Amino acid sequence: MKRSSWTDYQKDIADDNYYYARSCIRQNFFPGSEKVFLDILSKDLGRNIFDDPLHTSCTGIGYHSDVVPLETIMTVVARQFALMSEAGYENFTSSCITSFGIYTELLNTWEEFPETEERTRENLYKATGREFKIPKNLSHTSDVIFHHREEIARKAVRKLVNVHTGEPLRVVEHIGCHYAKIFPKKGVGGSEFPYVLAGMVESWGGEIVDYPERRHCCGFGFRNYLVQANRGYSVANSHKKLESMAPFKPDFIVCNCPGCTMFLDKWQYTIAEMEGTTYGQNGQGIPVLSYEEMAGLVLGYDPWVLGMQMHQVDVEPLLDKLGVEYDPSAKYLGRNGKYIGRPERAIVNSCSEDTLYKIRR
Amino acid sequence: MINFGFSISKPRTIDIDRNNLHKSNEIMHEMPELQTCIGCGTCTATCTAGNLTEFNFRKVHTLVRRGEYQGAYVEMNKCMLCGKCRLLCPRGINTRGVVMLIKRKLGDF
Repeated sequence: MKRSSWTDYQKDIADDNYYYARSCIRQNFFPGSEKVFLDILSKDLGRNIFDDPLHTSCTGIGYHSDVVPLETIMTVVARQFALMSEAGYENFTSSCITSFGIYTELLNTWEEFPETEERTRENLYKATGREFKIPKNLSHTSDVIFHHREEIARKAVRKLVNVHTGEPLRVVEHIGCHYAKIFPKKGVGGSEFPYVLAGMVESWGGEIVDYPERRHCCGFGFRNYLVQANRGYSVANSHKKLESMAPFKPDFIVCNCPGCTMFLDKWQYTIAEMEGTTYGQNGQGIPVLSYEEMAGLVLGYDPWVLGMQMHQVDVEPLLDKLGVEYDPSAKYLGRNGKYIGRPERAIVNSCSEDTLYKIRR
Repeated sequence: MINFGFSISKPRTIDIDRNNLHKSNEIMHEMPELQTCIGCGTCTATCTAGNLTEFNFRKVHTLVRRGEYQGAYVEMNKCMLCGKCRLLCPRGINTRGVVMLIKRKLGDF
């Protein structure tokens, strides 16, 4: 297949007026990412986005782990759509790839089997007294950033370029299975050539690394990691990807899905502890970013405001390559300068021993 | 070392790029007709030894062709050389010859 075949898989992405649904994993492990997405949309791009405190989890993790039945998740999703309708919005955007997959799957189920939609409407009305409209446009938040990538590039304060060598940074992109592997036509570029992150990286001056296991799953897989004894299978998937990408010497990994971001970041620590293997250059880990963080860095946000101190693998080597100015002593200072604690020293980290933190403490 | 309660599972993938195909190439060179195998499994279905043991001729020669030699010699020793597989092979491959060839080439494994 030709590389340009991704252009056959295009989707409509709304330009403005979004109803935002947060992600369980992203808001816990990468809290700065969601905040910065809202800031980029509303402040940098001047778009209208509604962050509704009333919405809940889509229960996707429970659904994929067989503890939440189909009818229940349909009703929960219907409630999210009802909240969107009540708030006066028609464009739904979700922060989570699993949620995006769930919404896509259920909208298709309702289309193919209209009786399930009727039953869901009945269940929702009986449970909450609410009614809902089908969203006019359903996008993942990466679709939204992709849609605005050229505008972001025009406002960028820096490019994804190594300031020391002038070379573009080598970026590994990881899409996440539920983005387009379930319904290829619902993702930019389909499942074979997903272009959503590659498009951002190329627009912002980076270079995409094409490696053998590029489309392999990160190993998240819900049931695979929920049971401790099964996690060996989960980590083996990340291990396979990292082994495959390491010879290409990527500068960082950018992920679409909150689960993939978490696993590709934290499994590096686990693998380093188990086998002593690290995959980054200079014997450290490969920094893993969410696309919101990547966009934030391009737009000149402070890395600690982006929440990059929450990462398992330290991001400082990448920040140095990008020429980002940051205050090392402020890394573990949260809002209002309050010390938020710091992780123990680990093999994958490069900057864990810094006396400045101890002085501050 | 930290006890995580699990370890990294070893994949069951056959990595032809990393496997040593030297012996496999020798076998294919001496018995080129094996390249015409369509993997139908008739040999295994009719196998006398396969009815009495876990011996699976198709599995073993397929693994050998991919450079997975571990245990192949021991497995091939289960063959009784009755030759029923050769009578039924739709490609007319000298399967009994394949058994003998693999045993000769992989005696060390």
